[in-house]
Formats: sequence, structure tokens, C-alpha cells
Amino acid sequence: MKRFPLIGFLLSAALFGSVASCQSGGGEVVVPTPVPGKPDTTPPVVYQTTPYPWKKPANFPDPIYNFANNPLTLEGVALGRTLFYDDMLSVNGTVSCGFCHQQPAAFAHPDHALSHGVDDKIGTRNNLGLQNLAFYKNFFWDGGVSDLDLLSMAPIENPVEMAHSMPKLLSSVRQSAKYRPLFQSAFGSDSITTARFLKSLSQFMLTMVSANSRYDKYSRKEAGGELTTDELAGLNLFQQKCSSCHAGELFTDQSFRNNGLSRAFNQDEGRYGITLRTEDKFKFKVPSLRNVVRTPPYMHDGRFGSLDDVLNHYATDIQDVAELDPALRKNGKPGVLLTNSEKKQIIAFLSTLTDTAYIADRQFSAPN
Amino acid sequence: MRRSFLYLSIFTAVLTAGFLACNTNDPEAVRPPARFGLDFINVVGNQPLQLGTVAYTNASGELFTPTNFNYFVSNIRLIRTDGSAWVVPQDSSYFLIRQTNPASQKIMLNNVPVGSYKAVSFVLGVDSLRSTADISKRTGALDPAVDHTGANGMYWSWNSGYIFMKLEGTSPSVPRDATGRSNFRYHIGYFGGRDTKTINNLKTITVPFGTDAAQVDPFRQPTVQIQADVLTIFDGITPISIKVYPEVMISPFSATVAKNYAGMFSYKGMKTTVTD
Repeated sequence: MKRFPLIGFLLSAALFGSVASCQSGGGEVVVPTPVPGKPDTTPPVVYQTTPYPWKKPANFPDPIYNFANNPLTLEGVALGRTLFYDDMLSVNGTVSCGFCHQQPAAFAHPDHALSHGVDDKIGTRNNLGLQNLAFYKNFFWDGGVSDLDLLSMAPIENPVEMAHSMPKLLSSVRQSAKYRPLFQSAFGSDSITTARFLKSLSQFMLTMVSANSRYDKYSRKEAGGELTTDELAGLNLFQQKCSSCHAGELFTDQSFRNNGLSRAFNQDEGRYGITLRTEDKFKFKVPSLRNVVRTPPYMHDGRFGSLDDVLNHYATDIQDVAELDPALRKNGKPGVLLTNSEKKQIIAFLSTLTDTAYIADRQFSAPN
Repeated sequence: MRRSFLYLSIFTAVLTAGFLACNTNDPEAVRPPARFGLDFINVVGNQPLQLGTVAYTNASGELFTPTNFNYFVSNIRLIRTDGSAWVVPQDSSYFLIRQTNPASQKIMLNNVPVGSYKAVSFVLGVDSLRSTADISKRTGALDPAVDHTGANGMYWSWNSGYIFMKLEGTSPSVPRDATGRSNFRYHIGYFGGRDTKTINNLKTITVPFGTDAAQVDPFRQPTVQIQADVLTIFDGITPISIKVYPEVMISPFSATVAKNYAGMFSYKGMKTTVTD
């Protein structure tokens, strides 16, 4: 009985001795003090997390996200999911991430050309669907954020989106009775830090993998991967006319390009606003085409309401601007040669990129 | 007997572990530790900087009243009289100087090796490594979610970049904006880019102590006063008119502002606290 306080005293004395000699750096040093009297016999609560079995789809490239810095756990994902669907992430408690990123639209915002924030504020760009975020080098139409862990702060602090401030938001999360146990179970203590908050949102978003469209099954030669004659013809045309930019299994080469949209009503300079390099003026991220049928309207400003409009643009409406991507110019003339039946076949192929299992998967829906 | 040996072993093990946990990059560090103070004194020409109350005049003849002035100081090195340097451990080397917070203007370096120092150098801003580090490595002054919004905001969440220097104020040379005030705002960042090379406004600044030398030992703690002159932002290498440039944030011109403010620091003096 007596030896416990003695060991405790020695431990704390030794710790104090060593810590006191460290760089103090302004931090507060907490020295454990042995409690006099009988030792606490209550067994400590052991928090054990369960690893989340994240798997790269067989037909996908290697992920870019560094999972080693944020190992996925069921508890961390559950916390991220709760945050993702929580209105308190916006300044007046009306807009959650899920408000603009709706599952039936593959986490894009249907019927909204431009992002819709608190107090009916309207942004300047069309929000992108969320899927396969582990595989992206950077995010947003201008690629302004290159680290998924830093992404969530952008909509949270954008004055026309969630219009909140991170310090105020974190302070409300800390005061919320709901979140302390969730952080405790995800991270082993109920300390709510910026890193934990952001990484739990990342954890949830990383689980949002969409790789079970009919095309994926075709690509992986699985059952259910049969494509019709028109869809196969569309795939063939797509590979000839679209896949130099909408490349690979992500259907984007993640580059920034100008696709000859008219600038009559919109002078958004795109990537230039991030890099300040003149060669990046009026260039935007090539978006993925996964679930594209589900994510109208299209383009960075949502100017096209249908895929027909999009293909008509590429066939006949491309503006011959200096910044136009060379891939969209053939024999000195802008445009992609497409007949009406070819357009239909391409759209038939694009519809095979819809992943109905992803859109219906309850694990990505709002928690009860 | 055996029990005392056990206690002694625990004591020694914990003591050793504790020492190993001390993060000192300099194997030549001489103990016992000593301290070194750096005080940043913000001025406008020959007047002290006051926020919101005093109208100063720049070389373009424009009146201006600063309302906010912040900057990051990082990667501090103390340069010995023999030319060698002591590098402050990386994790303890990021400071945000805010005019509104006098305590933030006094930096205290701990565990400084005994010696004689003739200069200090630091980076004005947040270097590219730390600017792209994992979020868990951005604590304290670097935490994008700690008191970093509104007037105090020193982080752009839309491009994941720290603002290195922020000067805001009003000037009658600027037309009134939507707030009804004649605001000017200089928010200067850009560390060189993560996936694409961008402009790099990081500045390494060396402030020599003239003919003085700062003697550091366990009984003498020097505090060096470094003056930062806001006027240099406008009247530095390239004269900048507030009327022509009321807002400088995300533009190539930010590089001109950064070149100017790189010259705003100078050695003001030193005090030594002697103890026995």
C-alpha cells in the first residue's frame, strides 16, 4: 500500500527534474501529483478504436492522401459524418456540408448553378460533387487547397457559404455535450483540437469512394459490367475525343485548362487567382465525370443545365480565345467534331458512370 | 535492498527518458540553460505606432492611420561573434507579433547556449515546409483556428496560406468603400506554392547588433530591441502610394510590398538583466 505514493513521488520528482530542464517554450508543464491516501482502484476506461477497412478500388490509381498521418477508424469516420451533417458548422446554424453536397446528386447541389450559402447568399462557382477525395492532388475549381485536411476550413469560413469562423466554431463544438464523447471515442481524449476536428471530417470524406458504376464493373470485368452497343460506341468516341483531359479511371487528369467558355458575363480568372501566373488565367480544374449524369448543372459557373448543352458547347460554341487549350483546337479551328448521333452515344456512355450503390449507401447519409 | 534498487532504476529511467524527450538541435548546447529576449518595437518613422488614433504621413505625402498591424517571425537564429549560429529548435520558432497584443511583441528564447552574439536572423513569414505541413504540426501561433479571423486573421483558408504581414488602416487618399470608411489593406503572403510555383514573399532578415555583443550565460540574460518601421512599407526600395494601391493581397504587386518591408527592421538597443 505504502509503496504506491513513494513510486509516484519518485516518478514525479524525476519527471519534474527532466522537464524543468527542457525548452519551456511558453507551454505549461503539468506534473502529475500523487493523491495522498488510498490509490484509485477504479479501472481506467480503455478507449479502443476499430480500424476502418479502407480499400483502393482495383481499377484506381494509388491514393494521394497520406493515411499514415490520419489512420481511419470507425469512430473517427462516425465523428466526421456527424460533423458533415451538422448545421452548427455555419454561422447561423442553417447550412451543413450536406446542405450543398447532397447524396442523390453524388454530393453536388442539384438545381444550383452557383453555391448557395447562409442567408441565401450566392457564391461565384458551381459546387463540385464529392467522391474519391483520397485520389486528388488538390481541390476546388482553382485547386486552391492541396491538402484534404485543410479543405473544410474554406467553405466554413467563406462569407457566402457557411460564413463561420474556425475559432468560434471550435469553441461551440467544445461546449457541445454531443461532441465530447464522440471525440473521446475517436481520439482517446475529449480534447477538441483543430487537427482532430479537420481530420475527422477528412476521415468521413475519405470513405466516400465511388467505384461501382456499371463502367467500373466493365473495367474490372465483373458481373453486371455489360455495356450496350451504343454505350460501347460512346466509350470509343469518348476515348478519341474527351479522354486526353478526362483521363484515366478518375476521368480527369487533374490539370487546369481553358475550354473556350464565353466570358461575356463571367470574367472569373480561375487558377490564376491561386498561382498569379499569367499562363493560368481563365483556367479551371478538369472535373471528374464520375456520376456526371447526377450532377447538373455543369461548368465552373453552372452555365449548362444538361449534358446536351455541354456537348453542343464542345461541338460548336467554343470561343477562340488565346487561352484555349490546344487539345480543343484541331487544324487551327476551335471545337471537337461531333455528330448528333455521336453526342447521343457519348451521353449513353457517360450514364454508365453513375454509381447507384454510392448514391444509395446509408453509410454516407445523415446519421440518425 | 532490492526494492530501493527498483525505485532507483525507475527514477533514473524516467529522468533519462525526460532528458531524451528534450528537443535540442544543438549538440554543443552548454547547460545550465540561459535565456535571450527579443523585443519588437513597432514605430512609424520617429513616432511610436498607435492604432486608430494617429495620422502619420508617408513620403508620397499621404496621411494614413493604421488600425491593425501583425506579422509572423519564424526560424530564428542567433549569430555568434565568431560567425557561427545557434538555431532555435524548429518547433519553438514561430511567433506572431500583433500590435494589439503587447505580450506578443516580446519573444523569449530558452536554452540558449552560453556565448557572445552579434546578430539575429529570422524569416518574416511562415516557411514553405511548415506552410505545407500536416495540420497537427500547426499549433500555437500557426493554428489556423485560433484567433485567426476577422481583423486578426492571418490565414487564407481558400488557398491554405498564411498571411505573413498584415497592415490595415484608413487614409483620406482612398475613396470610401462599402463600409463608409477610406480603408486600405495590405495582406501579404505566398510562400512559393505547393503544386505550382508561385511568387515567394518569404524574407530572411538579419539584424546585426552594431558594435554591441549580447553576452549570454546563466547569470546574464540579454534582451535585444528590434525596431520595425511601418513607414518602410510605403517608403522602402519602391515608394508605394496608398492612393494607387489601397488594397494589396493576391497580386504580383505583393512582391513589391514584401521587398519594402524586408527592410523595416533595425537594431535599437539591448538591455542585460544580471542575476546572481
